[in-house]
Amino acid sequence: MELNTYQQEAFDYQRKNIETYGKRAWGWTIFYVLCILVGLYALYLQIAKGHGVTGMRDNVVWGLFIVNFIFFIGLSYAGAIIAGILHLSKVTWGKPIIRLAQFMTLISVIVGPIFILLCVGRFDRMHHLFIYPRIQSPLTWDVMAVVTFFAGSVLFLYLALIKDFSVYRDAKLDIPKWKQKLYKILALGYRGAASQKRHLLISQNLMAIIMIPLSIVVASILSWIFGMTLRPGWHSTIFGPYFVLGAVYSGCGLLIVAMWFYRKMYKLDYYFTDRHFKYLGYIMLVLAAGYGYFTFSEYFTGWFGSEKWDSELIHKLFSPAEYGWWTFFANFAGIVLPIAIVAIPATRKPGPITLVAFIMVIAMWIKRYLIIVPTLETTLLPMQDTRAEYVKYAATWPEWALTIAGIATFLLFFTVMSKFVTVVPVSGLEDTHTHHEQHQLQHEHH
Amino acid sequence: MKQEEINDKGRRDFIKTAAIATVAATACGSLACSCSSKKATTGDKVKLLSPNGEIVEIDSAYLKHEEHMAIVSKLEAREGIAGKKFVMVVDLASCKNARSCVSACQKWHYRPKETEWLTVKLLQDSEKAAPYWFPKQCFHCDNPPCVKVCPVDATFKRQDGLVLIDNERCIGCKFCMAACPYSTRVFNWDEPDQPFDIRSLTSNPETGIPAKVGTVEKCDFCPDRAREGLLPPCVEACPNGVFYFGDENEDTVSNGLETVSFSQLIKDRAAYRYQEELGTKPRVYYLPPKDRAFPVEKGYQDADSAIKERFKDYKDLLEAKE
Repeated sequence: MELNTYQQEAFDYQRKNIETYGKRAWGWTIFYVLCILVGLYALYLQIAKGHGVTGMRDNVVWGLFIVNFIFFIGLSYAGAIIAGILHLSKVTWGKPIIRLAQFMTLISVIVGPIFILLCVGRFDRMHHLFIYPRIQSPLTWDVMAVVTFFAGSVLFLYLALIKDFSVYRDAKLDIPKWKQKLYKILALGYRGAASQKRHLLISQNLMAIIMIPLSIVVASILSWIFGMTLRPGWHSTIFGPYFVLGAVYSGCGLLIVAMWFYRKMYKLDYYFTDRHFKYLGYIMLVLAAGYGYFTFSEYFTGWFGSEKWDSELIHKLFSPAEYGWWTFFANFAGIVLPIAIVAIPATRKPGPITLVAFIMVIAMWIKRYLIIVPTLETTLLPMQDTRAEYVKYAATWPEWALTIAGIATFLLFFTVMSKFVTVVPVSGLEDTHTHHEQHQLQHEHH
Repeated sequence: MKQEEINDKGRRDFIKTAAIATVAATACGSLACSCSSKKATTGDKVKLLSPNGEIVEIDSAYLKHEEHMAIVSKLEAREGIAGKKFVMVVDLASCKNARSCVSACQKWHYRPKETEWLTVKLLQDSEKAAPYWFPKQCFHCDNPPCVKVCPVDATFKRQDGLVLIDNERCIGCKFCMAACPYSTRVFNWDEPDQPFDIRSLTSNPETGIPAKVGTVEKCDFCPDRAREGLLPPCVEACPNGVFYFGDENEDTVSNGLETVSFSQLIKDRAAYRYQEELGTKPRVYYLPPKDRAFPVEKGYQDADSAIKERFKDYKDLLEAKE
């Protein structure tokens, strides 16, 4: 396929990243694999001894695993929405970051559901979900949603990659035979003919149009697992949009972090410019305001209405003796801080924006914990006639080990994928820089 | 006319019982064989259908009555007992937290220690109100939030009103536990500690045994006993006749000491259903604790130390009135 000079330059600049794996990548890979091995040992204990090795008990039946599930699956939905909008919109600055968003989509929709498997008591019976499905259950809706979404995100990413695969195939890269062959197969004989171009574009546009509403639907379904129960803090009509917004918000933060990281590691300053950080920072600010608004109305109505169970939950969340400090951190670092840093011109720089985005992603993880655990600790009947350790949830080391293993898997996928395809899409690229910026960056580039 | 009806019912019941006995014997045979203890043979050969569908012939000496054998198929266990509508009435005025119900339930279901299907709470409706003991089984709701959310139809509502669990289908997602507003359900976090001969039984939703690791379970109103015309063990064990169990269609409930009209009882004693406002339509009615048979402190003073420990936060409430 023919490349224009700008695309050719982008490819030449990145070809070494896919030609060699590199010492640093190997180092990280080994580290991630070690983390995963520790997680597998924890998993072995959980299978051999039962779920008693976790901190989950009869009252708090869901813990870290479900928190991780919501967290990762939220990142996935966010990636699809962001990539879909950037693909469909005419703005050219967004094109270089689409692939990172799509990576995030696919990798998190693989990692997220693993945590569901860890949470169910009998994963040897997971096929029951397909042989005895009950359509009334929100969990069945979620199974359908996640499976559909997984298929969609594979297609969405793959369609965007076909052109690039044809570039890699034709480039005579210094790579092993199997990899050459794989690129050739994956390129599906794409030569850049007019009809091929047109069909590919139509398919990509269709997938983008499908993925955006699909993400909204599946994120809402995820929220309904909680929203459909009669529990304080969960049984809320705003849970659908609340989860959608929370997902996109945390995903936007992680995208900024990923962008910063690859910019540093692969020296991609020319493609991930300060402008990208600024624009994504603006998006993050708007989402933070929206998320803050939802959070405020959720807590405020609960507190003002002061129904018995709502009051008890609000008390738990805000009392310093219980979750007060966590609630403070989740809302300060998760809402106030990003708004402040992006709003102040002096701190509107890649470094500070990335830092608050990173802290915000952690705060959003804690926020998910605060959505799940305190509600389960607020039972309608008093918790008396039960064992003491059933009253409060405390995650155990196997749960933490598996959480870390999940994060390691997520990062491992990112490492491997960025060595298989270029992080900045080559074929989809248009010249995105202003004349002045280009001059400046090209200077640094060489 | 009425007399005829009753006679007819009796006859039908007899036929049913006979049929059940046959099935039970059939099922037991294969079990007894696998245990293979040496016994004097009688020479009487009985033809039996083995679980894998083969007809086997064994000596009648190897047949033993197994009280916990499921007497219906899994399919029938999902249907329920035709014409019945089970209901329970709990008399809060007579409860003193004697906990015989709890231990009877634990014993009957071979429950591992401290995993209780039946719990006794200490409730106080408001600050000034008098506290009272509140035994709580599964409410077998007519609009059960737990059944609504089960993704695999492992927990289900039967025509006789019972909500049961098939623990061989349950995937252990615990969604039902999160959905039940009454915290009724328990989970087997570890391999349940049960006698060997119980563990080797075939599981059936009507018996609830053997318990399986990684699955959810709860009070089942003992339909296996109801089929034999027996009251649940909690009802029989209660020294104060707190629990009345029966059939709403027949309009009779019994606490083992007296059998009364269900509608009359809930009318006379102003029965209510717990947290009815949730829309769950429970099948358990509570008689308010008016004219108590025992002072509430008695349930605390007489309890052993492990139980006392559970209520340590309520000490003021339970000791002040001494």
